[in-house]
Amino acid sequence: MTVQKPNIGVDPAPAKKVVNESGIEIKTLYTREDVIASGGIDESLPGEAPFTRGIHKEMYRKRPWTMRQYTGFSNAADTNERFHYLIANGQTGLNVAFDLVSQCGYDSDSPEAFGEVGRVGMAIDTLKDFEIAFDGIDLDKITVSLTINGSAAIMIAMYLAMAEKRGFDVKNLRGTAQNDILKEFIGRGTWIFPVEASVKLVADTIEYCATHAPKYSPVSVCGYHIRESGANPAEEMGFAFAIAKAYTDEALKRGLKIDEFANRLSYNFNIYGNLFEQVAKFRAGRRLWAKIVLDEYGARDPKSGWLRMIAGGGGFGLTIEQPENNITRGAYYALVAALSGAQTMALCCYDEAYTIPTPKAQRISLRTMQLMIEEIGLTDTVDPLGGSYFIETMTNEMEKKIVEAMDWVDSVGGIVPAVANGVIQAHVSRQAYQRQRDLESGALRKVGVNCYVEENEEAPQVEMHPYDDVAANEQIASLKKVKAERDNAAVETHLTQLKADAEAGKNVMPALIEAVKAYATVGEMTNVLVEVYGRFDEPVTL
Amino acid sequence: MSDRPIRVLVAKPGLDGHDVGAKVVARALVDAGFEVIYSGLHQTPETIANAAQEEDVDVIGLSVLSGSHIPLCTRLRDLLNEKGLDDRLWMIGGNIPESDRAPLMELGYKGVFPTSSSLDDIVEFIRENVA
Repeated sequence: MTVQKPNIGVDPAPAKKVVNESGIEIKTLYTREDVIASGGIDESLPGEAPFTRGIHKEMYRKRPWTMRQYTGFSNAADTNERFHYLIANGQTGLNVAFDLVSQCGYDSDSPEAFGEVGRVGMAIDTLKDFEIAFDGIDLDKITVSLTINGSAAIMIAMYLAMAEKRGFDVKNLRGTAQNDILKEFIGRGTWIFPVEASVKLVADTIEYCATHAPKYSPVSVCGYHIRESGANPAEEMGFAFAIAKAYTDEALKRGLKIDEFANRLSYNFNIYGNLFEQVAKFRAGRRLWAKIVLDEYGARDPKSGWLRMIAGGGGFGLTIEQPENNITRGAYYALVAALSGAQTMALCCYDEAYTIPTPKAQRISLRTMQLMIEEIGLTDTVDPLGGSYFIETMTNEMEKKIVEAMDWVDSVGGIVPAVANGVIQAHVSRQAYQRQRDLESGALRKVGVNCYVEENEEAPQVEMHPYDDVAANEQIASLKKVKAERDNAAVETHLTQLKADAEAGKNVMPALIEAVKAYATVGEMTNVLVEVYGRFDEPVTL
Repeated sequence: MSDRPIRVLVAKPGLDGHDVGAKVVARALVDAGFEVIYSGLHQTPETIANAAQEEDVDVIGLSVLSGSHIPLCTRLRDLLNEKGLDDRLWMIGGNIPESDRAPLMELGYKGVFPTSSSLDDIVEFIRENVA
């Protein structure tokens, strides 16, 4: 018989729990025992599978991360000028922003383009625009990342055709296309074709590049936007892996071998949030992806198991309130990326909650990354947090959470059906709502938003990027000129071929390359594909 | 005034695919007891005006983050006026610079709720302004 003593004099409230966003409870202190209890000590070295500590042996000692600020506005000429400005300031890669018209597969003179030409990125209608955008840029030295999805197959064709025309050997051409359409259905929204046809197009680009441009990375799978849409960090990575597996399965069905393309798949992840949770997310993600590719898919080349990534952005973490605080946030986010072993970094600029970044804001972001290399010592040694009891325990725990997220996707039918019917979208959207409620109630603390808010705060002075509708009109005029000067019969022939190939279920990349070279427009090629594949019918859910 | 709940059309005009905010606001309106029709992405001003008429909504709420809100809102204003829907409450949220507040109000968008507006304020504004 036990006696229940009264609680007199005892504070019944337990100590406040600290739980990270992925749902892992954080202890006050970690020891070796915690690492062991959470799954054991990972003794693997950087450059060795499963790459927990980094995909390269020497990491930043050999070469610091590539700095690749997201840039593009107005037309190809204005964007080219900004590219040269960034390169002159020490940027080592380019990250191209397209306008929504180009992203959604329309021409600048289409009715759907109303009000959008050159607004959030540069307008691209034909190969001519690509020629202007990259004029004077050495594509062997500066790698280019195209942030393009719905119309990615067309834009990859344009990029390869442009490079070839300028005399670069496409077989040795490096670069990346975002080309992750499944995440577009979850967040970001620049889809065009139905889900299955969209996945087919991604596989077309993987297959084509594996043969013709083997050093080009045709896909960068994005956890980033899924996280922005409401996913927690473990889900961000778990859903991204589910997506990467969907593309991998599709490519394998084509008869490709895993080692022929897995190494060219890359990733794009977000860096805002709790620093330690993010670092553990990346370490756990690297280990898990290596296991998936090497053990599950049976890849023989260890490089196939590399989780290569751009880690950057952090858009949701930034605030419109007290915008200068975003400079500090950006620096912490860059620190996360550096401590996580990212191959490439891009930071959101402090003014991005307001506007397309000014040159000054972009330079501050660039300098933030550069001073980590030059002043803070972040490139001195590999995986500096490795071996920390806390980080190692968290890495083990995050891996379990990522696996849980992948299992959940399987339990709702797999990523492709669950995106087509909107289950994933509804899931992240519910969480985004909760996140907003928590921000407003103060349960989720945000400096300058729900704490440390100053009374009579002055309205922030932020310089706005002006929208240039003269440039938009010039873009339309230039499109008309290209259409008048090109060989229209040749365009017709290539579009007919494109349609035939699409109808036959063939890889459309060869036909796209030919059509692009004849200066077919983005809208013309997209329309042909829409005739065959149809358009995505969005499952409208809250 | 009838007993029917306030009906709100939450719409995404143009090609902007950022729908987190639109969905968050829509959910808050549902929780506040309103009936919400969410348009989904990539809607033209024409489809939005038609939906507003067919659904006989009290409130037309737009979400635009691409910066194209002035041209889109201007065109939609004309369409809504043509349909005699100028007696409904027009609202807009998203990435709206403070300098565009006055021009939008001038166009007839009585509620302008830029990024960082509170959900409760939006709900309250609708309650106060729907007759």
